Amino acid sequence: MIIGAPRERAEHEARVALTPESARQIQKLGHECCVEAGAGAAADFTDQAYRDAGVTVVEGAEALWQAVDIVIKVREPDETEAGYLREDQTLIAFFWPAQNEAMLERCRETGATVIAMDMVPRISRAQKMDALSSTANIVGYRAVMEAGNQFGRFFTGQVTAAGKVPPAKVLVVGAGVAGLSAIGTATSLGAVVRAFDVRPEVAEQIESMGAEFLFLDFEDSQDGSESGGYASPSSPEFREKQLALFREQAPEVDIVITTALIPGRPAPKLWLDDMVAAMKPGSVVIDLAAERGGNCDSTVVDERVVTDNGVIVTGFTDFPSRMATQASLLYGNNIRHMLNDLTPEKDGQVVHDMEDDVIRGVTVTHQGEVTYPPPPPKVQAIAAAKPEPKEPEPTREEKQAAEQAAFKKQTLSQAAMLAVGGVLMLLLGMVAPPSFMQHFIVFALSCFVGYQVIWNVSHALHTPLMAVTNAISSIVILGAILQIGSGSWVVALLSGIAVLMASINIFGGFLVTRRMLAMFQKS
Amino acid sequence: MLGQQFVTAAAIAASVLFILSLGGLSNQEKAKRAVWYGIIGMAIAVVFTALGPGVGGFGWIIPLVVIGGGVGAYIAKRVEMTQMPQLVAALHSFVGLAAVFIGLNADLERRRVLASQAAGNVNESFSAFAALVAEKTPAELTFLQVEVVLGIFIGALTFTGSVIAFGKLSGKIDGKPRQFPGGHALNAGATGLSVLLAALYLNGAGVWTLLLLALLAFFIGWHLIMGIGGADMPVVVSMLNSYSGWAAAAIGFTLSSDLLIVTGALVGSSGAILSYIMCKAMNRKFINVILGGFGGSQGPAAEIEGEQVAIDTGGVASALNEADRVIIVPGYGMAVAQAQSAVSDLVRKLRDAGKEIRFGIHPVAGRLPGHMNVLLAEARVPYDIVLEMDEINDDFASTDVVIVIGSNDIVNPAAQEDPNSPIAGMPVLRVWEAEQVFVCKRGQGTGYSGIENPLFFKDNTRMYYGDARGSIESLLPLID
Repeated sequence: MIIGAPRERAEHEARVALTPESARQIQKLGHECCVEAGAGAAADFTDQAYRDAGVTVVEGAEALWQAVDIVIKVREPDETEAGYLREDQTLIAFFWPAQNEAMLERCRETGATVIAMDMVPRISRAQKMDALSSTANIVGYRAVMEAGNQFGRFFTGQVTAAGKVPPAKVLVVGAGVAGLSAIGTATSLGAVVRAFDVRPEVAEQIESMGAEFLFLDFEDSQDGSESGGYASPSSPEFREKQLALFREQAPEVDIVITTALIPGRPAPKLWLDDMVAAMKPGSVVIDLAAERGGNCDSTVVDERVVTDNGVIVTGFTDFPSRMATQASLLYGNNIRHMLNDLTPEKDGQVVHDMEDDVIRGVTVTHQGEVTYPPPPPKVQAIAAAKPEPKEPEPTREEKQAAEQAAFKKQTLSQAAMLAVGGVLMLLLGMVAPPSFMQHFIVFALSCFVGYQVIWNVSHALHTPLMAVTNAISSIVILGAILQIGSGSWVVALLSGIAVLMASINIFGGFLVTRRMLAMFQKS
Repeated sequence: MLGQQFVTAAAIAASVLFILSLGGLSNQEKAKRAVWYGIIGMAIAVVFTALGPGVGGFGWIIPLVVIGGGVGAYIAKRVEMTQMPQLVAALHSFVGLAAVFIGLNADLERRRVLASQAAGNVNESFSAFAALVAEKTPAELTFLQVEVVLGIFIGALTFTGSVIAFGKLSGKIDGKPRQFPGGHALNAGATGLSVLLAALYLNGAGVWTLLLLALLAFFIGWHLIMGIGGADMPVVVSMLNSYSGWAAAAIGFTLSSDLLIVTGALVGSSGAILSYIMCKAMNRKFINVILGGFGGSQGPAAEIEGEQVAIDTGGVASALNEADRVIIVPGYGMAVAQAQSAVSDLVRKLRDAGKEIRFGIHPVAGRLPGHMNVLLAEARVPYDIVLEMDEINDDFASTDVVIVIGSNDIVNPAAQEDPNSPIAGMPVLRVWEAEQVFVCKRGQGTGYSGIENPLFFKDNTRMYYGDARGSIESLLPLID
């Protein structure tokens, strides 16, 4: 099949869906690749670089759409592009089917298959094509870079000859992929990072990135696993407590990065005017939810606003395009993994398997039908957290009682064993001759010695131990030596064979042990 | 000719030396000295016994010892370290058979002495062992018979058992468990019959009862070990090691020799402890291993989701180049692929680059207790970076890269996470706590226990498919 990426027509969009690197991989699947001339320019991929990777460069969008079987794009198609779409074509792009119903209908009419990269289900198998996560990662990183650009001080605390610099305090609201990425970036720059999320189960992830989790003590906290790992709207009481927590933080923090989004709803207002007013002059608010209305009251989409008290609030939405090269590389790889799943035999033949959870999930129109929304995936997104019944900590007395009981039980079982052993010995003593009992004492004591000695043997030397015990168990040779001088030829023959075998064993066992032990070298 | 008191003094010295020689195995440096204690102990025991009262037939003994010693020395020199398990098994079989012969001889001598005494030849002088028998009271002679029965039975069982274990370990016999129809009922029947024969023998029946008893024990040993799978051989070999000790102890009672009793008890308890350690490491009951098969699943195993993600040599190499702390977990697969020297080269290169490399060894890795340690030592891996499971298990969480080479069940998280798994409760190496795990494996098969390994499906696990030796060797040039 021929796969092609047109130049993105949306304003401020610098990304491209095909990179020379991903093209090489896609060709290995048996496909041919095309790209519109100049498509990669904004992301610093020259046409020559594409040609070097074996990609055909086509002049003009229309020619490209005509030439290819699968169109890969970043943004959803506009009216003109939808006009190019034909029945046997497949379109792969961020489509946002819930928000773009008209375009969805328009594409259905053409009969083409549309794959929405934003619909990749959140299951572990699909992580490699989860373009939302890879984009969010970039957004989180870039948000910290933007904040640093606007912020007039260091991130890291320093003690210099000219004076002491305190570290910047960063608050990240919402610990999704973007939030976690922002936390990681800010901590590695040396800032003191705090983070908040309505889902208490992400506390561990936040702490693993090096930030402090602002804990909100609330009865009815959310379980993110019920909603596929996303946050859901919270109750008014919860919201009040949350805002109170932020109000407490506002005078302290220097940089606030808000990333709170709820799927299918406008962004919740979390950073209100009074909090902005409480912040120090020169502080920065980076609102990553600006496209959906913003988390901050003062946010203006795609603008940098300076409030009356000197707080800078930015509502930029084009972070991925500000890092177009990186974003294209990752998105290109997401697309490549998607094509990999669509081409199971790696023979250039696309198999659109609607039984497959991932492919079913991303397909929004197929064979003239709207297939959005998909049925819930067969595999659960995130295993529901099983409530772990907490065992009450045993008190000191209970612990002591348990220990005493265990000790008693042990004493009893030991006493019973000794008693049984003693009775058995007595019984044996009744029938056995005295000479036997003398040997038996030696035997019993040797077993004890053996037990003590062998437990001390290092695990690493168990093989030499077996070889050496093997050699010394050939002490039975003494029996054969004592018998070999007998008058009977049968006895002499049998003991002769026994001597021979035991000698092999003695020499073989000891020498191989020596050889093994010599190999153990200290570094 | 030395007096009996000299022989006894020598026996005391030899016993002490044997105990020291086993005790010295507590660490690698002491062990090098300790093996000499064993050798000297054995030399003292043999020489003083041979020079003791009434021993004859030096014309036989000396050439036989020389021939046997030559063969033994040749084998010890030529054996590959990967063949250690089968060598140990083969050597056990010699002890077993020797014990059977000595037991039979003891009975033949007993009959000869009794016949001679009945004929009234009071003044006939007997050679060493016969002289001992001649002095025994009737009660002692009855006990001698019990000891003979035990010595022969255990010895015979050890002999065929070891021969089969040798065959399975060296691949000459199919490793799969195989048994006659009737299975363990057949073994139980044979044991019952043996008890009956022993009773007959004690009541004065002829030497044929002993021969038949030996044959039955041969059968039990053969049939029992045939029914046990190849991967359970570490337990079997330890068990046979233990039996060879008990057989020696039984012979010691027959000969009224404390030296044999002490040595036999030492070896017997050593083997028993090794079997116990092996069973504990597999979380299985000893009896369950010997009777074969796993206990069976207690419910449906947990579903595994996700997929096995493969990685190429370049990916593994770059991860290794970036890592600071690496742990390698070898298993039997490493021995099969003969990959240990390639692994050793890799370790040397990584250590030269200033990285911390260690090995984590599970007690049942390999086909013999401590087998992995010997293989790594042969490949010149320093022993102080080769650690046991308990020493290293808490360190995985702070490790960058774990490489699992040819092991499967011993790194299976299901043992801890899935109570329905057949290996639930078995202590395992918690490799999945590391940042990244590479599993070097031939293909997508299951391990010895035949169960899926959820480790392979974890997000931080990458499958590095291919022959272990080839894979590791191709890594070498990419490490800088």
